[in-house]
Amino acid sequence: MKISFPYMGTSHIAISYLLENLGHEVIYPPKPTKKTLSLGVQHSPEFACLPFKILMGTYLEAVEAGADSLTTSGGFGPCRAGYYGELHKRILHDMGYPVKMLVLEPPLMAPLTFYRNVKSLVRPTSSWTNFYRVFRVAWEKLRALDELEGLLHELRPLAVSKQQITKTYERGLGYIDDAGSVSKVLEAKDAALQDMRAVPVDETFTPLKIGIIGEIYVVLEPFVNHDIEKMLGDMGVYVHRSIFLTNWTKDNAVSNGEKDIRAMAVPYLNQLVGGHGQNSIGETVIYANKGFDGVIQLAPFTCIPEIVAKSIMPTITRDKGIPVMTLFLDEQTGRAGVETRMEAFLDLLKEKRNKQEAI
Amino acid sequence: MRVGIPMTLSFFTFYPLWKPFFEGLGAEVVVSPISNKALLDEGVKETVNDACVPIKLLHGHVSALKDKVDILFLPRLVSLDGKNTLCPKFLGLPDMVRYSISELPEIIENRLDMKKSRFELYRFMFRVGQRFTDNKLQILRAIWQARYNFSRYRKLLLHGLTPAEAFPLLESGEEPDKAAETGDAIKLAVLGYPYALYDNYVSVGLLKKLKEHGVNVVTPEMVSEKDLKKMSKTLPKNLFWYYSNRVVWAAQHYLRDQTVDGMIHVTAFGCGPDAMTNRLIELEAKENSQIPLMSITIDEHTGEAGVATRVEAFVDLLKRKKGIL
Repeated sequence: MKISFPYMGTSHIAISYLLENLGHEVIYPPKPTKKTLSLGVQHSPEFACLPFKILMGTYLEAVEAGADSLTTSGGFGPCRAGYYGELHKRILHDMGYPVKMLVLEPPLMAPLTFYRNVKSLVRPTSSWTNFYRVFRVAWEKLRALDELEGLLHELRPLAVSKQQITKTYERGLGYIDDAGSVSKVLEAKDAALQDMRAVPVDETFTPLKIGIIGEIYVVLEPFVNHDIEKMLGDMGVYVHRSIFLTNWTKDNAVSNGEKDIRAMAVPYLNQLVGGHGQNSIGETVIYANKGFDGVIQLAPFTCIPEIVAKSIMPTITRDKGIPVMTLFLDEQTGRAGVETRMEAFLDLLKEKRNKQEAI
Repeated sequence: MRVGIPMTLSFFTFYPLWKPFFEGLGAEVVVSPISNKALLDEGVKETVNDACVPIKLLHGHVSALKDKVDILFLPRLVSLDGKNTLCPKFLGLPDMVRYSISELPEIIENRLDMKKSRFELYRFMFRVGQRFTDNKLQILRAIWQARYNFSRYRKLLLHGLTPAEAFPLLESGEEPDKAAETGDAIKLAVLGYPYALYDNYVSVGLLKKLKEHGVNVVTPEMVSEKDLKKMSKTLPKNLFWYYSNRVVWAAQHYLRDQTVDGMIHVTAFGCGPDAMTNRLIELEAKENSQIPLMSITIDEHTGEAGVATRVEAFVDLLKRKKGIL
């Protein structure tokens, strides 16, 4: 199978390792660019959200590059992303690309479909024991990637040279990419973390602390959110991201986790509304309790779960005293606009902090 | 006790169930005025700007009701068929309203989730009833009355009536006239959510206009449950939302039935589920039939003239195609 998959943050390092070691030929779509987006916009429903459009563009670039199979995640709502795989497939078929779509549905909700799709990924190119071995390495890579990123967010606002920390981090990604076994991944991770810790930092500086919440794809894929974490880090802000791929996968696909986050949301929104909507509420409350200076909510334009959450945010701000800024992103969103809004938000947070210190 | 019911969203599906129910409990039912510009403007002011028109409108209806009633009926509708949920906005509805509009009366926000059991609707009504009276027998009697009225209502819709035509018949107990379908006129399937189709203001008078053009109109509510269920098996994967699924299945039904000359899909600007629904119908229509399809997107700025022109052109096209123009 010539297989391809969508980008999301750095996850491609682990996913491509998995697929290649199962004996598939991986077709790398180029990282999402303006071209990907405009291609996607052209063939997507107008009011589909940004993730749908970027994935659409990515798939089109992948099939052009020769992919005959695509793999993506599934779901059963109420967030519409669960239907994206199916609709992408139909649009591609309608356009004359007879591509095979392997939608990985949540194993607990659709065990048979999940099994069938995993099986077609594993066999006939590989064996189940090999699958288990390769899967463990890929999973370990994912965890290492998340850990590296967590440290990057901690160090970036403090680093004397922002460029240096970014470069060191990217070199670390290379270590992880090269590792071929669980122990090698762990070694690579330690080496990368060590390198990053060696970058000189300014210990006297107390950065503003901002929590990032929102819809998973726009939070995790820098192309969509204009690399907002880097933008803020370069401005000297410590960002804490609520979602990492490994904890999200564990909590949503395998077990039913995140109970504590949801519990925090209950006084405001006692109902799962799909996507990340209820979590966004719960995480904001948690960030407020932990003394963060502010929260930034990222969501694709027309994302309903996040709209529901947004309508409740002012009440949390009033109750808990935490400022929340919502950014709805679409294909029209420009980097300069995001930057300006960030600066304004930071000014507001700084002023708030100065006032508190004065008291 | 005055119970306020906003005339939007699930109103067109459930009003004939709720009205006799609350009256049976000894309450007075107060319905918000028919949607109008002032109501929508008020709603736009209260709601987050990213919400769709129906949700903005709902906030307007609630604002219009809040000083006139003792309690507001805004149940949290989670699942109406035991399989699918409703759009996330329905799921978060009571919270959205509560945190957007100040000085609200008490809200009945009980959860209706038919995934729980087959009789969940009655248990839901029973729970709601207990807020009004301790007399269990009275609640049961109210449920029974309501149920009777509701099943009559559904029959009237299946008979081809719109809610606006059915409501007076329910009150008077009269039977509908023999269907006045004329043989040579064109027949259009108008697809969309009840709160878009049957709200004359939201749909900018679409149904009325079509009837003026001598068009026979059918809607998703006029397809029997059995036929919808049949259609639910034709797709490899169904959508997740109650109303969206019914729109898609109804579309499938009319496409296969081949008795309609065209289809119009009415959708609200920025409607999340409809981005999927609309493309799905488009693809189905393209693959399985020669039936022309037109989509109309409405929002708070939609002008009547614009829609009228498009509808006229579409109807003319269909008439010409059929050779009656």
